[in-house]
Amino acid sequence: MVDLAFGPEPGKRPAASDPHLAYLAMVRQKRMYSALMLVLLAFLLATGFHLAEGRNAGGFLNGLPNLGAFPSEVLSEAWTERANLPGLAIEHLPSLIETINIAAVSTLMGGLCAAFLALLSTRGLAPFPRLTPVARRTMDGMRALPDVVIALVLIYVLGGGPIPAVIAISIHTSGALGKLFSEAAENADLKPVEGLTSTGATWGQRIWLGIIPQVAPNWASYLLMRFEINVRASAILGFVGQGGIGADLKVAMQWGTGKYDQVVAIFIILFLTIVIIDRTSDWLRTRLTKGAQHG
Amino acid sequence: MADASMIPPSLAKQVETAFERRKLMSIGILAAILAYLIYAAISFDVMGVASRARMDNAKNLLSDFWSYKVSVVRDNRSGAITAAIDGDQRYAFAPDWVKTTGDVTTVDLGGGNVVTYDAQGARYVIPGYGTVDIVAKDGKLSFTAPGATPDWISASDSRISVSTSVGRFIYTKSKVETQRFFPGWELFFFTFDSPFYGKSFGELTALALWEPRIDPDQSNYAHMQHDFLTNSMWHHGDVLWALFETLLMAFLGTFTAALIALPLSFLAAKNMMPFAPLRFGIRRVFDFIRGLDALIWTLILVRAFGPGPMTGALAIMMTDTGLFGKTFSEALENIDEKQVEGIRSTGANSVQRARFGVIPQIMPILMSQVLYNLESNTRSATVIGAIVGGGIGLLLTQAIGTQKDWEDVAYYLILIIAMVIIMDWLSGLIRHKLIKG
Repeated sequence: MVDLAFGPEPGKRPAASDPHLAYLAMVRQKRMYSALMLVLLAFLLATGFHLAEGRNAGGFLNGLPNLGAFPSEVLSEAWTERANLPGLAIEHLPSLIETINIAAVSTLMGGLCAAFLALLSTRGLAPFPRLTPVARRTMDGMRALPDVVIALVLIYVLGGGPIPAVIAISIHTSGALGKLFSEAAENADLKPVEGLTSTGATWGQRIWLGIIPQVAPNWASYLLMRFEINVRASAILGFVGQGGIGADLKVAMQWGTGKYDQVVAIFIILFLTIVIIDRTSDWLRTRLTKGAQHG
Repeated sequence: MADASMIPPSLAKQVETAFERRKLMSIGILAAILAYLIYAAISFDVMGVASRARMDNAKNLLSDFWSYKVSVVRDNRSGAITAAIDGDQRYAFAPDWVKTTGDVTTVDLGGGNVVTYDAQGARYVIPGYGTVDIVAKDGKLSFTAPGATPDWISASDSRISVSTSVGRFIYTKSKVETQRFFPGWELFFFTFDSPFYGKSFGELTALALWEPRIDPDQSNYAHMQHDFLTNSMWHHGDVLWALFETLLMAFLGTFTAALIALPLSFLAAKNMMPFAPLRFGIRRVFDFIRGLDALIWTLILVRAFGPGPMTGALAIMMTDTGLFGKTFSEALENIDEKQVEGIRSTGANSVQRARFGVIPQIMPILMSQVLYNLESNTRSATVIGAIVGGGIGLLLTQAIGTQKDWEDVAYYLILIIAMVIIMDWLSGLIRHKLIKG
């Protein structure tokens, strides 16, 4: 790691006549720059918040005391109705499963698409080297599109249901995973590929037997990480668009008082699911990457 | 071949069974994935989508993305003829392909497609098909076509519509409308009420740089800028402001989160905080904040602070504080202790050790993480903006909600993609510089 506060710039050497003074001057200069950057950042943050507060419906200081009001209102109602919570949680399980299914299917499909795009855009592996920039720009574009937007447009065309959400998250996943996949593939050892080429293997065989076994642990770990993100994304998609636990949450929130026990039940199962998935995937990922290190 | 004979048969067998097992395992995984996808396809009702899909909606949407329409409307009661872009009376004009003589109006759609409005009703001459003749009598529409009615013509007593490749024709009791499509986004730069409408790029440059002022009170360049930003059809000024608001949300959220998480992460790192219960407590707080998800934070914050960009910034701040707390404390645990030791040997106190021994080591990792999140938060800010009602996300969901302003949707999408790609590129550039030093 580079030390930002000390250490000469590459190519620039302190004056040899008095190294002590030259060093102190350099440190002073670097510190001044860092201090200036900090002041600038503080200034930007302050003006930015001022501006954003001006555009907000409620001010920061007015809202601060209310921060606890909504959660406590929700929680107190849920507490008086706490006997309902387990029943409500079970009632919302099917939509939770739908949300998880949307995330899983789109991770799988996006992952498949990402693998192809990654192989097309990796130097040394691409079957058509001239097309690598095209594949890369495609991935950039797919990554840049927010999934909610694609989903909303698709709902207009395809009608409701989980399919628009699956397509939307898949598109974003392909772009995001494609980049990570191709970075992993770039670091793969090309010797097995050369060996396979010498035996007359086709492109598919070279990739399947030479590259996939090398990158599989990394790719699987990225897939798991993406799945975590996609579960959250599909919950948000449900809230903005349609389908799954997000839609249930929106209905319950819009109803307001009287359905807060439902809101809490949904929060609880969503929170638990996210924590469980995070933990499992964390554990699996360390196993995958550690296993790869041992060979 | 001599080598092969040297492998003991038991080992060869072992290797073979191991290979066999791996092969079976990979086939098993693929089969499981396939079975899961089939289950998902059934539970998602993929077959039903085909029947629910509205291909006409898709067609409208795509044509709006790259073209605009001019509507020529006759009010059947007053007989008044108007031609306007997108059917909006603010953008009425007189196209040269519409000719009115007396009470007969001809609309030339090009390629031999001619629509005629007259006192009895209207006629549409379609090349390769014939003439569709509509006569309005006693409040009923009678319709004559040369052959069987194809599926691009729909006709009833009160409404007749014909869609061809060059345009659309709709006859109802109250009015008759012909829509002709043109490629491009009309009035994108200047509307009709601007003196700069219809000028070429060269003319505009000349006007801006050396030609005399059109409006004596302001320079041509300022005038142009004003007319462009206040364009009443595309609202460029509002859109640019919304984009800025989205970036602002991402910037404020990410950097405030980093500033809050940095001191807290010292308390959560094993080598910095010897008191285990506090460390454990802080870590669980980070986990809780991260686990509670941006959606839930957004909903809670909207109730307290009302809709707007500040709420969005705070929502991003909340989730990122949890994330940064975790990554920063991991970075702290991986530092090289020798530098801290060296600083300690000079008699430095703990703040000085942190400042000179620790911060310089973790700064590049921190900055790279913050920049990476800034980029990904630009995208999230669009989505959060749709929920909290701020920035380009709000404009986008509103435009999608009208279900007809798809050209606006396309415009916003292009801007969002450009913004995210630029942020991606910028953050990549700075990260590269930071890590290389």
